[in-house]
Amino acid sequence: MQKKYTTLLLLSFVSFCKLANAQETIYPAAAQNGATIITHATIHIGNGTVLNDAAVLFENGKIKQVGNNITAPAGANSIDATGKQVYPGLILPISSLGLKEINSGVRGSNDFQEIGDNNASIRTIVSYNTDSKVIDVLRANGVLLAHIAPMGELIEGRSSVVQLDAWNYEDAAYKEDIGLFINMPSFMTRRGGRGYIRAQATDPVKEGLAKMETIKKFFTEAKAYLQEKTHVSNNLKFEAVRGLFDGKQKLFIRANEVKQMLVAIDLGKTFGFNIVLVGAVESLQIASILNENKIPVILDNQHALPTTEDDDIDQLYKLPAQLKKAGVLFAINDANDQSKQRNISFNAGTAATYGLDKEEALSAITLNTAKILGIDDITGSIEIGKDANIIISAGDILDMRGNQITNAFIQGRSINLDNKQKQLYERYKYKYKIK
Amino acid sequence: MKRMKRIFLWIILVGLMVNTSAQESFPINGIRDIRAGLYAFTNATIVQNDKSKIENASLLIKQGKILAVGANIVIPKEAIIINCAGKFIYPSFIDPYTDYGVGATKRAAAGYNYSAPAQLISNKPGAFNWNQAIKPEINAAEMFSIDDATAANYRSNGFGTVFTHVKDGIARGTGAVVSLATENNHQAILKSKAAAVYSFEKGSSTQSYPSSLMGSISLLRQTYLDAKWYQSKPLTEGINLSLEAWNNNQNIPQIFVTDDKWNTVRADRLGDEFGVQYIIKGGDNGYQRIEEMVKTKASYILSVDFPIAMDLEDPNDARFVSLADLKHWEMAPTNLAAFEKANINFSISSADMKESKSFLSNIKKAIQYGLSENKALEALTKTPATQLGVYDQVGSLEVGKLANFIITTEPLFSSTSKIIENWVQGNKYEINTAEWKSLAGKYKLSIKNGTVNNEYNLEVKKDLSASIIGTDTLMAKLSINESMVKISFPNKKGKGAEQIRLGGTLLGNDWSGIGSDALGNKTTWTASLVAPLTNVETKKTNDTLKALAKITYPFVGFGNEVIPGQETILIKNATVWTSDKEGILKNTDVLVKNGKIAKLGQNLNEPNAKIIDGTGKHLSAGIIDEHSHIAALSINEGGQSVTSEVRIADNLNPEDINIYRQLSGGVTSSHILHGSANTIGGQTQLIKLRWGANDQDLKFAGADPFIKFALGENVKRTTSNNNNRFPDTRMGVEEVLNDAFDRALDYQKTLKENPNARKDLELEALVEILNKKRFITCHSYVQPEITYMLRIGDKYGFTVNTLTHILEGYKVADKIKKHGASVSTFSDWFMYKTEVQDATGYNAAIMQKVGLNVCINSDDAEMARRLNQEAAKTVTYGGVTEEEALKMVTINPAKALHVADKVGSIKIGKDADLVLWSDNPLSIYAKSLYTIVDGTIYFDRERDASLHQTVATEKARLVQKMLGDKKAGGPTRTASPSYQTILACGDHDHEDGIATIYESQKD
Repeated sequence: MQKKYTTLLLLSFVSFCKLANAQETIYPAAAQNGATIITHATIHIGNGTVLNDAAVLFENGKIKQVGNNITAPAGANSIDATGKQVYPGLILPISSLGLKEINSGVRGSNDFQEIGDNNASIRTIVSYNTDSKVIDVLRANGVLLAHIAPMGELIEGRSSVVQLDAWNYEDAAYKEDIGLFINMPSFMTRRGGRGYIRAQATDPVKEGLAKMETIKKFFTEAKAYLQEKTHVSNNLKFEAVRGLFDGKQKLFIRANEVKQMLVAIDLGKTFGFNIVLVGAVESLQIASILNENKIPVILDNQHALPTTEDDDIDQLYKLPAQLKKAGVLFAINDANDQSKQRNISFNAGTAATYGLDKEEALSAITLNTAKILGIDDITGSIEIGKDANIIISAGDILDMRGNQITNAFIQGRSINLDNKQKQLYERYKYKYKIK
Repeated sequence: MKRMKRIFLWIILVGLMVNTSAQESFPINGIRDIRAGLYAFTNATIVQNDKSKIENASLLIKQGKILAVGANIVIPKEAIIINCAGKFIYPSFIDPYTDYGVGATKRAAAGYNYSAPAQLISNKPGAFNWNQAIKPEINAAEMFSIDDATAANYRSNGFGTVFTHVKDGIARGTGAVVSLATENNHQAILKSKAAAVYSFEKGSSTQSYPSSLMGSISLLRQTYLDAKWYQSKPLTEGINLSLEAWNNNQNIPQIFVTDDKWNTVRADRLGDEFGVQYIIKGGDNGYQRIEEMVKTKASYILSVDFPIAMDLEDPNDARFVSLADLKHWEMAPTNLAAFEKANINFSISSADMKESKSFLSNIKKAIQYGLSENKALEALTKTPATQLGVYDQVGSLEVGKLANFIITTEPLFSSTSKIIENWVQGNKYEINTAEWKSLAGKYKLSIKNGTVNNEYNLEVKKDLSASIIGTDTLMAKLSINESMVKISFPNKKGKGAEQIRLGGTLLGNDWSGIGSDALGNKTTWTASLVAPLTNVETKKTNDTLKALAKITYPFVGFGNEVIPGQETILIKNATVWTSDKEGILKNTDVLVKNGKIAKLGQNLNEPNAKIIDGTGKHLSAGIIDEHSHIAALSINEGGQSVTSEVRIADNLNPEDINIYRQLSGGVTSSHILHGSANTIGGQTQLIKLRWGANDQDLKFAGADPFIKFALGENVKRTTSNNNNRFPDTRMGVEEVLNDAFDRALDYQKTLKENPNARKDLELEALVEILNKKRFITCHSYVQPEITYMLRIGDKYGFTVNTLTHILEGYKVADKIKKHGASVSTFSDWFMYKTEVQDATGYNAAIMQKVGLNVCINSDDAEMARRLNQEAAKTVTYGGVTEEEALKMVTINPAKALHVADKVGSIKIGKDADLVLWSDNPLSIYAKSLYTIVDGTIYFDRERDASLHQTVATEKARLVQKMLGDKKAGGPTRTASPSYQTILACGDHDHEDGIATIYESQKD
């Protein structure tokens, strides 16, 4: 088994070497023209179904057929995936990819957080840098789409979904301005460093609720403003939230504490918004409320320490399985978006180790994410009519031992899986004469 | 005999008279007014000390001293007699830890500020120590001035004497024993320089160093050495008033202030190094490790500041209060009893109390929780006096001692006892004078309105609650202020009642005055005592004690009531990943005996062994984390660029829950490194994850000593806008290294020539490196700095043992190989800062293929739980074989740490540090079922489930108890979440939730 991977790798590297690509010459693929069929594959649809020795046919960017007895049209590009696993492309549910290049020490390379506490109108898409050195690395681990979110004090701005093989942000835009982000104030008594509880001048609950009042006031006034078609002066911030009121946008609320989440749910109910809770580390505590109100969550981190000293050692590892049981829709993320989002499939793998079915774990990084982002009509699973966002792996992508992406397709385009890390690998294999 | 005694007393009396004027050297402005100050307190029950109680006795005092005490003493005619019939007299208390009269402690404006420029040298004027937190020259007696209000507060709690000092700094100088009399400063000071005081807290010092607990310890250690050296009057030092004072302070009692049981152990250990036995001001949690407290052989100063219940009505608040905090709330009142039971000598201080009012009631609470009354009295009087060397003056009621005593209504520790007066140096201070006469009793109250006389039965309770007893009992309002009284009560029960109001004076038990009846008519009234209330003291049974929480080791959730012990274990039929020559063995048995791997083979048998079925499971050697920051209280001493003197071992934290969490991930040994705040960091400590052991027993015995170095962005403080600490570039970093080793060479030479030269602990550690007795783990990222580190090793003749992080190690793997260093890296982190732009997941694979000894480390409390998976990524990125991949977290780090003869592989004779996995250990689906250290099962996944249940049940009980306390009207405070503090290098982001505080190198 092991040998096989190595051989595969070598083969792919040989082809890369031939191209002599530097990062700057890893070109975005041209639109798919014609048909591609992947045959003899184990196909993980993304919705829980697995097809053995099956094929998927996609043409001009869209999936045409999936199943066991498919004949490809003449001239179709055919890929024999015998012994391999085929999955929908992975989707990052929240990321500052393309906005954050070098987080620590290089302020000039960071564009993910604007100043001020109401930035409803700012848009991440316009700052998304398709030439970020992080993108290619993520693609090599099967990540093909990402939801690019802003960060901020309170009302953070608008987010967009991008596909990770593009010349510029206009190319990359997969679905623009799908959501508004709010960073819920904390209601917990904070503590200073070095182990001392600092006397808080104000009650954090009072302070937090006061901030919530400013948010409510904003939406109340926006609602009134939007009733009228013309205005003496435009208000960009009010205009920016129009989609929330007509159901075209979602409200993503960063909330981890129970109190934060309850207040967030009430905010959604007050204005009739579709809300998504982001972080939601304590979501199990209110799982029945989430289920009743059909509120989905984006879990920030499987690979994190238990929330409190007394929590089960595997508290967060098993959280997805517990949410599943409680009927809550969730997607899995990794909040450490720079260096760890390449590991999103292993986050899902951990959830599978701790009680979640493997196909459900896959859904948590594909179809569930698409549903939560509102793009499941076009992606998130290998189903007819959807975009051909597909990856092929030598083995189980949820496990380090199997995760070897050999091919990836975004909208049917076969994308280049090379990246700087692989090139550096080649460079030093050359130096040390390693085979 | 009686006659003899009488003559003897007269002699004393005459002697005292000669010697009685106040402050002879001071001029008097006016007419002198010398008084005898002769008082006799008669008919009292006098408790002279914790051993002697005399009934119906008298106490005679003159000019502030005790002239006589006993049952049959002659009272001189000019004595003022105070009849204390029914009352009790005790020596007044001594508080051994205060800052009375020396000014409130100045606190630093803020903690160490990473963004602010460093202050590298003391800014105190005068020829004092280089470090501002070392100020043995401070002499409290020079700063003392009487503070009436504070003194009154102490006296109201029964104190007559206190030890006072300036509560600021690491070496705080000397304190004085002062009385709480308020006549003049000179007579109040009973003993100046009574004791010298030390702590680990640098207080108001604005200097950068030390910025950590281990830095404080190192500073003290170096100062002991410097002071000794200073005795030789070294010319190079000139005058150093601090060291001079330090030396002068050594022959008086030495008090070390700690706030926690482990700090107590640390302080005592420091004392042992220098032949000093400290008196230890302990925290409130010594009961949690009483054996360790006994081992210090110290005498203690303990406070009775017990935690107040939290308001946990909201389950969300309750969720964030840890079991440890809840248990401590319940058990803290047993602290003093635990010390008594363990035969440890201690005094009691009112220090740390937010509410000084609760001092006496808390002592009574401690008695209810098992402290004996005699011990309590001793700890308030004789013990502190003895600790401070003033038992010849205070601490008991004996002839010749100061007239410092309290008069109480009842035996001191009975629940309703009150202090009536507190006499200090012969001066009377009234506390509850109304209590001279107990007002409790049944009174006949007559209210006259002209000719109409209404009579009532007034009942007054001890707490001065009053009621009118009749067909209906009417609650009355009674308020007494010295000799004035006010009474009001309704004229009938229920609605529509009018108030009858009375005001007047008290003269003993006869009260009288004028008033106003329900209709507003003027009245006159009298009340006289009919019968005193009989005192019914109900002894409370100590049922409460039986239900208390249990002490666990460690004292946190998932601790064990009994520390697990070694077992004989036979693991049958497992797939054994030996990480050794034998490779991976299928269907193999492993026998563990006496903490070692005893046998390896098939069909092994061992009578009485615990059998673990390994069928379908995988056994590996315990995981060794080469780069970890758990289990320590501080990680970075960033106060200087070279701090090779600081030692992680000085501040291990055996109660870090991450020890247990990492056991669950199969980790058995961790190399606890200093952080990367500076170029030459501190001495590291290799530990074994023996959950429940104390800090000493955590250490990996017999391991070679290591030290942490760091290069690059962190040490040049890239993210600080105000760096003024050299170096600020990689060029500077290299010169810091050259300079350090040059200095070390000189030092070595100097010591050879002159054995009395100054011992420098910073350079000692570097000399050890030069002599290959200490080994470097060097945090490094980019190829130039890696290369120059190797060259420095070459130049000074040592091998750089390990390069850690080493994300560009692949670029210079050939050079590293030639030099002979091991490498220890993350599997796949990248991009988070400039120096990791060329980081790649393939790093480990390339270095392994070049032939380096490659380790995969965590540097992260969470990721350490999944090091097996991190190792597996070398299979993903670069195609390392699975067997070799696992070695990167087992035998390879063992080799890098020089302990491969003891751990790291499954080999007969090695330590039984083992993990039984549910699956292939490199698979994400593998869970550790058992983690064994030295043949002891410290983690057992089934036991973990039951421990979790125990935690939940115990927590629920305690929350209910707190809620009960609140309901019963007890004091409560806002719930404070028990945050987990995670220490880290500060190298990359950690995302660990809402109740976690990170402290990185930026602190």
